[in-house]
Amino acid sequence: MDWNTIWFILIAVLFTGFFFLEGFDYGVGILLPWMGKDDQERRFVINTIGPFWDGNEVWMITAGGAMFAAFPHWYATLFSGFYIALVLLLLALIARGVAFEFRSQVDDPRWRKVWDQAIFWGSLLPALLWGVALANILRGVPVDGSMTYVGGFFNLLNPYALLGGVTFVLIFTLHGAHFLALKLADDMAARAETVAAKVWPFAVGALVLFAGATIPVLGDAPNRLAAVVLVILALAALSGSRVFAHRQTWGKAFTSLAVGIALMTVALFVGLFPRVLVSSLDPAYSLTIYSAAASDYTLKTMTIVAGMLVPVVLIYQGWSYWMFRQRIGRKSKLTY
Amino acid sequence: MSVIALARWQFAILTVIHFFFVPLTLGMTVFLAILETLYVRTRDETYKKMVQFWSKVFLINFALGVVSGIVQEFQFGMNWSEYSRFMGDIFGAPLAIEALLAFYLESTFIGVWVFGWEKLSPKLHAAMMWLVAIGSNLSALWILIANSFMQEPVGFVLRNGRVEMVDFFALIKNPNVWVQFPHVLSAGMTTAGFVVLGLSAALLLKGRGDEWVLRSFKASAIYGLVGVLLVTWVGHSQAQHMVQQQPMKMAAAEAHWETENPAAYTIFAIADPASRRNAVSIRIPGFLSLLSYDRFSGEVKGINELQATYERKYGPDNYIPPVNFMFYSFHLMVLAGMLMPVLAIYALYLHHKEQVAEKRWFLKWLVWGISLPFIASTTGWLVTEVGRQPWIVLGLQKVQDAVSPAVSVGEAAFSLFALTLVYVLITGVGIYLVLRHLDAGEPSSVGAGY
Repeated sequence: MDWNTIWFILIAVLFTGFFFLEGFDYGVGILLPWMGKDDQERRFVINTIGPFWDGNEVWMITAGGAMFAAFPHWYATLFSGFYIALVLLLLALIARGVAFEFRSQVDDPRWRKVWDQAIFWGSLLPALLWGVALANILRGVPVDGSMTYVGGFFNLLNPYALLGGVTFVLIFTLHGAHFLALKLADDMAARAETVAAKVWPFAVGALVLFAGATIPVLGDAPNRLAAVVLVILALAALSGSRVFAHRQTWGKAFTSLAVGIALMTVALFVGLFPRVLVSSLDPAYSLTIYSAAASDYTLKTMTIVAGMLVPVVLIYQGWSYWMFRQRIGRKSKLTY
Repeated sequence: MSVIALARWQFAILTVIHFFFVPLTLGMTVFLAILETLYVRTRDETYKKMVQFWSKVFLINFALGVVSGIVQEFQFGMNWSEYSRFMGDIFGAPLAIEALLAFYLESTFIGVWVFGWEKLSPKLHAAMMWLVAIGSNLSALWILIANSFMQEPVGFVLRNGRVEMVDFFALIKNPNVWVQFPHVLSAGMTTAGFVVLGLSAALLLKGRGDEWVLRSFKASAIYGLVGVLLVTWVGHSQAQHMVQQQPMKMAAAEAHWETENPAAYTIFAIADPASRRNAVSIRIPGFLSLLSYDRFSGEVKGINELQATYERKYGPDNYIPPVNFMFYSFHLMVLAGMLMPVLAIYALYLHHKEQVAEKRWFLKWLVWGISLPFIASTTGWLVTEVGRQPWIVLGLQKVQDAVSPAVSVGEAAFSLFALTLVYVLITGVGIYLVLRHLDAGEPSSVGAGY
């Protein structure tokens, strides 16, 4: 296996970590208006992700940094091409990030309503945009022979990509509901369980549609087969999560869906491989792990660095989740 | 406006605002870690009150730094795609390491610190703040390793139409890193010191003379003083390094047009860029040689000779940065750096004499003094970045060749407008929240549930 392939896998791992971790905290943000009937309840909901959301977000930032380091042309073409989508993503993430910190500082219903809105839209929009972006990367966008995107913003909003966006939103919402069922106490936990049951059919339905629409745009035959198998497994994991939820084993339900999200992400990357950004103008213009890559020296150096650091990160992030494993309810001291 | 003008304005505005929050985070994390360690060691509740009160100011600032930092990570690709292609092999690596090594560390442990008051032992809790401090200061190291390559390219070859890394350790050992990084680190200390000092003065003006306020006053004056003395000392060797490596930048900052030996120091000038000389100037003979080489002789190259040299080397172009802008930015930084020690020393003198609360006029000065470190770090970065013009990577790529061809004027205008507006709004809200916190004047709000 060459360095380029290793880095393609590593970036897939970073995106998997990002969707698995930030997936549920986007979901929690999306569910905020439904889960919290009053300020106190909304505080419970927000405090479930309080210690984690910032660390989760670093998975996205690292994925971006790794794209820059390992596949600079991918980073350059994608980020300059999907410009307006990226601006919207940044605006949403800014609003969401400050909202967590600012919301609790003033005890006034109007003030808190503003930041509740910021958390909701700041979670919904990034979930949608990442789905739209990945779907477009796979489906193909107008990239010319000089690796420049020539499509404009509205080109990205095709039905297939929007379906991808909606799928991401629904799956993350379900993921968030499972997380809340694990992290909230008493009646709030019961409410999260009900929400999870209601969201599940929509999430599965969207994934089935999206997967079906994806098959024609997948790459070569062996990859196509692997991606289809992975998606079927992802759907099985989603079904498993419902079975576990029905049995009231929420830890297993959460894990099962997390595995489903990981499989779905891996399926997208397998379908993409060895391309990193598909050109709809000419297959020859597609960016690949070779045409978009950094030098072998940089890839090798970064492999060593990542090999040393990623395990350490996993250990201490895992420790922080263990530290704050208790459920949050009426007896908890709230920070946010 | 053209796409490139919009992209330049956007990068300048967003980065300057981002760097209001960064030095405060760098200095505050260390300051809080020291205070909390003192608390753990002495069990003196006053230290705990100090940590609780100032950490709230810090956390508001930290949130602003985090969200504006995401934009920094993405906007190279968004607005400067040709730069990203040309530099990705070198620039992406330290950026990715910054995320892996520093961002994870600070973001994970700040969460544990904020939410862990009741769950962790006091010792472990203080250790969390040290990890945040190490994380944030490491992030400064790696982004400066990336930035230093733009000022002083090392460890690379030109291949495949781009710069390719051949020696990773040369990037880390880049001499520019080791003058720039200590400068930024001590600037962080200075910023945190003068912000806490100014806000403590504001509390005293409100009649809040509690022990924790007075002790904050003293601690921040010491911390800020140490910071500003270090920043000046390191800044001096940084300037000497730049005379060697980036002579045009220093010559422009000194409005030094003609090569001289010994070189005179210009303390006041109005440059006339059209005729390439100073219209008005006041000069002290020999002093620029002294500053450059620690002796009263030694040749310092002037702007005009450097321009001629670069035209021979790189072809015809204007290699002279805007001289008046450079001269006044640089000297504003120096002036702020000279005022701060005076303020800190007098503050410590008053504290020693137990006359702090009586000198209300001086307390008001200290409140205004909060602006000084921000003026200094902003003008310092303007000198560093504007002084490299027309290059984006010194001697290798010009700014005009770095901008994204995929971005339209409308898109660039939208992002400039929207992001600037949001930055101004959230900064305003942050300041409002700090002022509110100051009005409440109570340190009990962290960990007690609010």
